[in-house]
Parts: sequence; C-alpha cells; structure tokens
Amino acid sequence: MSVVFERPHALCDTPTHYCPGCTHGIIHRLVAEVIDEMEIEGETVGVCPVGCAVMAYDYFNCDMIEAPHGRAPAVATGVKRANPNLMVFTYQGDGDLAAIGTCETLHAAARGENITIIFVNNTIYGMTGGQMAPTTIPGQVTQTTPYGRDPKTQGFPLKMCEILAQMDGTALAQRVSVDSVAHIREAKKAIRKAFDNQKHKRGFSIVEVLSTCPTNWGMTPQESLERLRTEMIPYFPLGVYKDLPVWNGDGGED
Amino acid sequence: MIIVNFERCKGCGLCAEVCPKGIVSLQTEKRNEKGYYTAMCTDDSKCISCAMCAMICPDCAIRVER
Amino acid sequence: MKGNEALAEAALRAGCKCFFGYPITPQTEISAYLAKNMAKRGGTFLQAESEIAAVNMVLGASASGVRAMTSSSSPGISLKSEGISYLAGSDLPCVIVNVQRGGPGLGGIQPSQADYLQATKASGHGDFHILVYAPASVQETIDMTFTAFDTADRYRIPAMILSDGLLGQMMEPVVFPDIKAQITEKPWSCCGHKNERKHNIINSLYLCPDELEKSVRDRFEKYREIEKTCTDAELYLCDDAQIVVTAFGATARIAKSAVDIARSKGIKAGLFRPKTLYPFPKKELNNACAKAQRVLCVEMSMGQMVDDIKLALECRISVDFLGRTGGNIPSVKEVVDKITFIGKE
Repeated sequence: MSVVFERPHALCDTPTHYCPGCTHGIIHRLVAEVIDEMEIEGETVGVCPVGCAVMAYDYFNCDMIEAPHGRAPAVATGVKRANPNLMVFTYQGDGDLAAIGTCETLHAAARGENITIIFVNNTIYGMTGGQMAPTTIPGQVTQTTPYGRDPKTQGFPLKMCEILAQMDGTALAQRVSVDSVAHIREAKKAIRKAFDNQKHKRGFSIVEVLSTCPTNWGMTPQESLERLRTEMIPYFPLGVYKDLPVWNGDGGED
Repeated sequence: MIIVNFERCKGCGLCAEVCPKGIVSLQTEKRNEKGYYTAMCTDDSKCISCAMCAMICPDCAIRVER
Repeated sequence: MKGNEALAEAALRAGCKCFFGYPITPQTEISAYLAKNMAKRGGTFLQAESEIAAVNMVLGASASGVRAMTSSSSPGISLKSEGISYLAGSDLPCVIVNVQRGGPGLGGIQPSQADYLQATKASGHGDFHILVYAPASVQETIDMTFTAFDTADRYRIPAMILSDGLLGQMMEPVVFPDIKAQITEKPWSCCGHKNERKHNIINSLYLCPDELEKSVRDRFEKYREIEKTCTDAELYLCDDAQIVVTAFGATARIAKSAVDIARSKGIKAGLFRPKTLYPFPKKELNNACAKAQRVLCVEMSMGQMVDDIKLALECRISVDFLGRTGGNIPSVKEVVDKITFIGKE
C-alpha cells in the first residue's frame, strides 16, 4: 500500500470550527501543502484575520499571529521587516481585506511588501452571521441587504485583484476558485507561485480565492459550489491580473 | 482505496459530488459524535485512487491509498 | 540635543530594531532622526500609511521578537488605541511615544498634558494597563526610554513615554548613559519554529469566558507585581512641606521653580513629581505628604491627574487644582500666587 493523499504536516491534525462544506478548509490545506512542498514550515509565520478564519492560528503548524480586523498586512509588514528571512503570509477574508483593511492592503501592495496574501472571497461576512461584504454581488440578499444589494444605495463590490494589478509594487494578482478539483489544482499552483515570489523577493503577491458560505447563503454545500460557478465567477472572473516575471525594485533576485 | 476519518467528516457530501466512479456517498446508519452521517466508499474494488474526493474535502478527512 | 531627537537616539541605543511612524506635529523629529540613522545602525525605519498601520507593524515586529517603537502625538494616539489594546491583550512588549498636544479633536500643536487619563486609564478597550513614563527633561527622556524598553520586555507589556510638545521641542545638554541594552531571549516569539519546537501563537482571542477571565486575571497578577516594583517619583523639599505641589512632566519644572520662590518667601512648600504615571507612586505620594496640610495639583489640562492624587491620599488632605489647557502653559507666577493663596487659608 502506498499513500496517495494525506494531511500535509503544516496543517494541524485537529478538527476545524468551519461549517460543513465551507471551502475555507480546502484553502487551508492548499496553503499547508505548499508550505510542505517548499519545506518552509520552520521559517514561516502566518497572520490571521478577524472573521471566520480568525482561529486559523490553531490550524497551521507554523508560528501564527492573530491581527486586529483588517490589519494583517501591517502586522505581516512588521514581521517581515524585522525578519526578512522569514516567509510571511496573511490569510484574510473579504470584509477584513477589502473593507476595514483596504488601506493596509493597498499600501502593502504599493510598497511592494515582500509578503504573500491569501484572500478568501465568499461575498459575505460569515462570522457575524451573514451581512453585506465589500464583495457582495449586486442583487445578493444578505442580513443587511434584505432586498438584495442595490448599487444605487449600497454601491458596488470591490474587485481587489483588478485594483491591486494597477499597483507598481504588486508582483502577482491572481483570482482562483475551489469549486472543482481542476480549479483546486490551479488554486494550489497560484498559491505556490505567491510563496515562490516571496522567496525570490519579487514583492507583493495576492491570490484571491473564490469561496463559499453555505450557512449564510442558505444553501447546501453542493448548491453553494453551483452559485460560485454561475454567479460569482461571471462577476469576479478567474485569471492572472498581474504576474511580474521579475520584481522591478531593488533587492530582487531571480 | 479511501479511508474516511469518521469523527472529522462533517457529511457535506462534496466528495460524493466529484467522485468520477460514483462510488462515494454518505452512509445513513451511524452518526459521528457531532451528529453527521459520514462519507464512505460503496465499492473499494472500483476505486482508482484518483484522490479527487480527498482534494475537495474541506476537512482533510479522507486519506487515499493505493 | 532636542528632546525628540534625544528620544530617538536613546531608542537606537536601547536596541530598538524597528520604528514605524506617521508624521504629526510636535513629534515628527523622532521619525526624521530615525529615517536618517536607523538603517545605518542595522534597524528598520518605515513610514506607515496611517497611525493604525504603524502600531500594527509594531505588533508584528514585536511578535516576531524584536524591540519595536512607534511615536505620535495626541490625535494619532487615539488612532493607535486599537493596536495598543491588541498589544496588551497579546502580552507584547513595545514602546509607544506620545508627544502630547492640545485637544480634543485636532486641538492645537502646543504642549498639553490632556492625555493623562487616556494613557493611564483608557489607552484602548478592555481590562488592561500599560506602563506610562513621564519625563521632565531631555536627559530624563533618554533615561526613561532605556527603562521603558527593558521593563516592557521584562513584563511583556507595552510602555508609553508620555512626553509633550514642550519637552519634545526643547534643547538641553545630555549625556547618554554607558549601559548596554538588556536584550533577552524571547522563546514565546513568532520567528519561525525551525522544526525545533511546537508552533508559537500570539493571540488575544479567547471565546471561552473562563479562559478570557483567566488570561486577564493572570495579567492583573503581573500588574500587582509591577505596582510593587516599578513605581518612581521625585520628592523635592517634601520633608517638612506643609503645602505639597504635585505635577508631572514639563509642568513639574515650573512647579519646582514656584516651590523655590515660595520657600524664599517663608512658605514650607515641596514638590511631588510622579515619574511613572502607571503604576502610580501612591506610597511615595503619601510619604511626600507626611506633614502636608494642603496639596496643590498643577497640570496642563483641566485636571486629569488630580483624581489619582485624591485617591492615593484617600481624601485625607484637601487637594486644590491649578491648570491651563489648550496649549497654554501655567506660569511660575500663577503657581506661586496659588501656593501663597492656599498658604493664607
């Protein structure tokens, strides 16, 4: 008997608090697999957000710091500037990264901060019970958009990869999904690239992962994946928005 | 073949959705401690160890061997 | 040397490896000095996009095990209060400098002491304290910067240097002490486990009420220890003083001149100057007031320390107050007049 698939070492052998079918677990595992493949668990520090993934510090076997809401890129900047040899990643949800932490996110990108950001976009605030997120799609019903998000009064979603692709300091801005095995494989490649970029000092890398929230969407896990495919991907198209082959600032090595 | 971690499985059924052989499903006989009916392989002999079920499992509850 | 620049140089000598700041008058010289000198001396200077980002960069640097500092002035400290609470809740050492200016709101850019309550009682949400040092000279700003870094590390607690626009902008001759920073091992820090230990977690979230209560109670045990060992105060001519003037920071210099003048007029006045505002030197105050019949609290605010004075004295002695605010500084004459007035009562 040979093992074809098992839990990566960087993922703690512990039950998660995520709801059944929530795709956070898949994304956690992909990050852990990349850490294992690169053999960097001992040199990696992760920064958790506030939101559903707040307890990710219990799920990754590398050193973990829990940041205030939206401030993970600033905390990661502090870690990385103090210890440039560490691999530093943040794991943030849409409310954390694209609402309360927009400023920290944009400026980390503008500085070309040599960190990796895993951005989980499920178009809703999950932990607080399903309110409108900065990425809630027009028409989407949430607790605070009970009649559907109306752009006339509630504005439009932020498309973070498109925005961050405009920043000179961004090395990688890629949107992926975990709605199918094929997409999961692509997502892992993107995460690997984002970590590789950091290793080679290419600057700021963000991988936006479209994700589900069966509980707050009021759907089964299967229906949730279907919604991701039919509603989210058309609004947030998958793809590489920026991919610098070589970091154009000082200190780059390639 | 697949080995499902009985206590970790949350019965979301995503594994059943992606199995190319249609041999993964949720059993309906025994709930785990959290109250979920868990995933199982209905026919080990047909399993090709493709690991697609494990790859989509949000809880890392499936180990695949060949 | 200018107060702000002296503080910056002291931080470098105290082993501060990372500084994150954001421009605001009257503290900007700290940033400017470090921008020029920090990289040369093996440290990292970074101008952040906001006060909020700056304090969270300090959180990250401190969590990863290095000495880190941020500085600001009153309105900027309000922005930092979120991060200060998280730093305290995560038991992270750091130094935060507040070169106070007048408030509330945008207030003014002249010196003030109106952040006393914020610094000592409410520097962020939740049950916690931070160390608060109140220097009264440029030399003391230097000395306290060393102490702040060492004590913060020893107790894993944020420390604040509560300066003001007067001390920050003032120039005085200084001597840098010939002492080595006490850089200690930080086995709790998140600097990569190198496959040699279990992963470390820096965190302030406890969803279970009993666990949160325990973490807070443990921290308060530490505060009791700090209250026993870290208080510091200056007592000037207090032995026979019938009127004790209390003042901290720059105001204490004015109060000291007033005490001298009062003495020359035959009034038995003395000065009590707390050097640590948290922990507050209660015992030292009571010693200073052993013979006092009246106490006069002088501040550059509408009276923020005065309640601590009354509490520490348990209201045994009548406490008067003299304050100027909005960036105005009490004059020696005002203080002398008040002492004289009280003396006649």
